[in-house]
Amino acid sequence: MYRSLAEAIRDAEARGVALSTVALEAESVDQGRPVTEIRDALRRALGVMREAVDRGLVGDLRSASQLVGGDAAKLRTQATGPLADTPFRDVLARALAVQEVNAAMGVIVAAPTAGGAGVLPAVLTGLAAARGIDDERVVDALATAGLIGAVVAERASLSGAEGGCQAETGAAAGMAAGAAVEMLGGTPSQVGHATALAQQGTLGLVCDPLGGLVELPCVFRNATGAAIAMAAIEMAMAGITFAIPADEVIDTMGEIGASMDVRYRETAGGGLAATPTGRRLARERLVELKRAGG
Amino acid sequence: MVSLLDIIGPVMVGPSSSHTAGACRLGLLARGLVGGTPERATIELHGSFARTGEGHGTDKAIAGGLMGFRPDDERLRTALEIMEREGLEYRFEKTSLGDQAHPNTVRITLERGDRRSTMTGASLGAGRILVSDIDGFPVEVSGSLHTIVLVAGDVKGSVARITGLLADAGVNIATLKLSRKARGGDAFMVIEVDEAPGEAVRDAIRALPWVSWAFRLDKVGA
Repeated sequence: MYRSLAEAIRDAEARGVALSTVALEAESVDQGRPVTEIRDALRRALGVMREAVDRGLVGDLRSASQLVGGDAAKLRTQATGPLADTPFRDVLARALAVQEVNAAMGVIVAAPTAGGAGVLPAVLTGLAAARGIDDERVVDALATAGLIGAVVAERASLSGAEGGCQAETGAAAGMAAGAAVEMLGGTPSQVGHATALAQQGTLGLVCDPLGGLVELPCVFRNATGAAIAMAAIEMAMAGITFAIPADEVIDTMGEIGASMDVRYRETAGGGLAATPTGRRLARERLVELKRAGG
Repeated sequence: MVSLLDIIGPVMVGPSSSHTAGACRLGLLARGLVGGTPERATIELHGSFARTGEGHGTDKAIAGGLMGFRPDDERLRTALEIMEREGLEYRFEKTSLGDQAHPNTVRITLERGDRRSTMTGASLGAGRILVSDIDGFPVEVSGSLHTIVLVAGDVKGSVARITGLLADAGVNIATLKLSRKARGGDAFMVIEVDEAPGEAVRDAIRALPWVSWAFRLDKVGA
C-alpha cells in the first residue's frame, strides 16, 4: 500500500484514473487477491454501514451506562435548526446514529476504529443519498478512504491511546473528506486537499472519554468530525487548495500525538473526563452499571 | 503492511476495537487450548480491562469468544445470559499482573473435561491481540494465522518429525518457535501455518509418543 498520498495522487493523475483505482490495484498486489474480491469485501462493509445508520436512527438504543443514545433520532425529527432539510443535517444525524449503535454494542464497521466509526458512513451514505450516487461509486470511495487511512496508519497513528482523538475521529474526517470528493467527481489532487483541510481542522484533538468508555464525548465528536469533513469537502470542491500537503499534515498529527500528555490519550485522566461533572457522571454510571450487571 | 480492509474493518459489535473485538478474539483463541467451549473458566482482568471492562462489554466479549462467537456476532451482547443458560461457570476477577503487563491484559484458566489450561494475552488496539504465555511457556501468538501449539519431550529430531507431518499434509509453515523451561525439560512448540490444518494432522502429531498434548488454534484475525 502507498505510504504517501502525494505518490498515489501522482500515479493516479499520470494515468488519468481515480485514486480508488490505484489503491485497489496496490491492495490487490499486496494481498495477492483480485480487485473484484476486495471490492466485494468493501461492498459488504457498506451494507453493514447502512444497517448501522438505519438502526441508530430508530432512536431506541441506549449505551451500557445510559449516558448516550436517542440523539440521532432527535436530530432527524426536530428540524428547527438552521440546517433543516439540508444534506448537512442528515449527515450529522447519521454520524450520531452509527456511534449510538456502537455504544449500545450493535454491529458497526471499525473505520478506521470503533470510536471513530460514525464519520465515514455518515458522510458517504448521506451524500450518496442526497445526490443519487450508486453503490459502486460509494464502494470506490471506500477504497480511497482506506488508502488515506493506510497512509495515516503508516505515517502517524490510528489509535486514541497513541495519538488522541485526532488519530480517530480526526483521521476519519480526513478519510471521509477525501473519499467524498472522489465520489462527487473531484480530481485526485482535490482529494488530497480535502484530506489536508479536514485533518488540519482536528489537529491537537484530545481523547478524553468519561470513565474511559467509548460514549461521551465520542458520539458527539463523530458528528463534529463529520461537520469538519463537510467543510473540507465544500472547500476542496470549490477549488480551494491547502498549502501544506496532506502527507505533511498527517505527519504533524503524528508528532502532536507522540508529544501529547498521557492524560489526553484515552486514559480518562484529563480533558472532559477529568471535569467535576465528568468524574461524577463516570462514578455514578459505573456504579449503576456494576449493580445492573450483578 | 497495512491493508485497506484493516482500515475499512473489521465488522464488529461495539463499542471498542480493543476492549470488545480484541477481548472476543482472546476468548476465541483460548477455547482452542481445551479443544472447544470450556465448562469452567476463571477470567482475570488486568489494568484497563479491569477498570473499564464492564462498560465496554469486555466480560461479555470474552465469555462469547470462549463459547465460539466471533467479534461480529450480536449474541455477544447477551453472552453472559447465554453462558448461564448453558450451565457454564465463568468467573470474572480483577487482578494486577504487574507494571510490565500491557494495560489490556487477561489471564484465562479454562477447564473442559479432564483438560485444563491457562493463557495470558493482551489486546493491543484496533482488534489485534497477542498471547504471551500458555501454561507457563513464554509464547507469541497473534491469531492472525492458524496456529498449532504442542508440548513435546526434549527428543532429538522432534522438529523434523513434526514439520515432516505438516509437509505431508500439504500445510505450509509460516513461523515456528520453540521454547522450553529448562534443558532436557519439555519443549513448547508454536507453529503458525498458512492453511487450516485438518484433524488428521493434529491426531498424527498427538500420536507421537513424546508429544504430551497438541492443539489447533483457529485463526481469529480479520
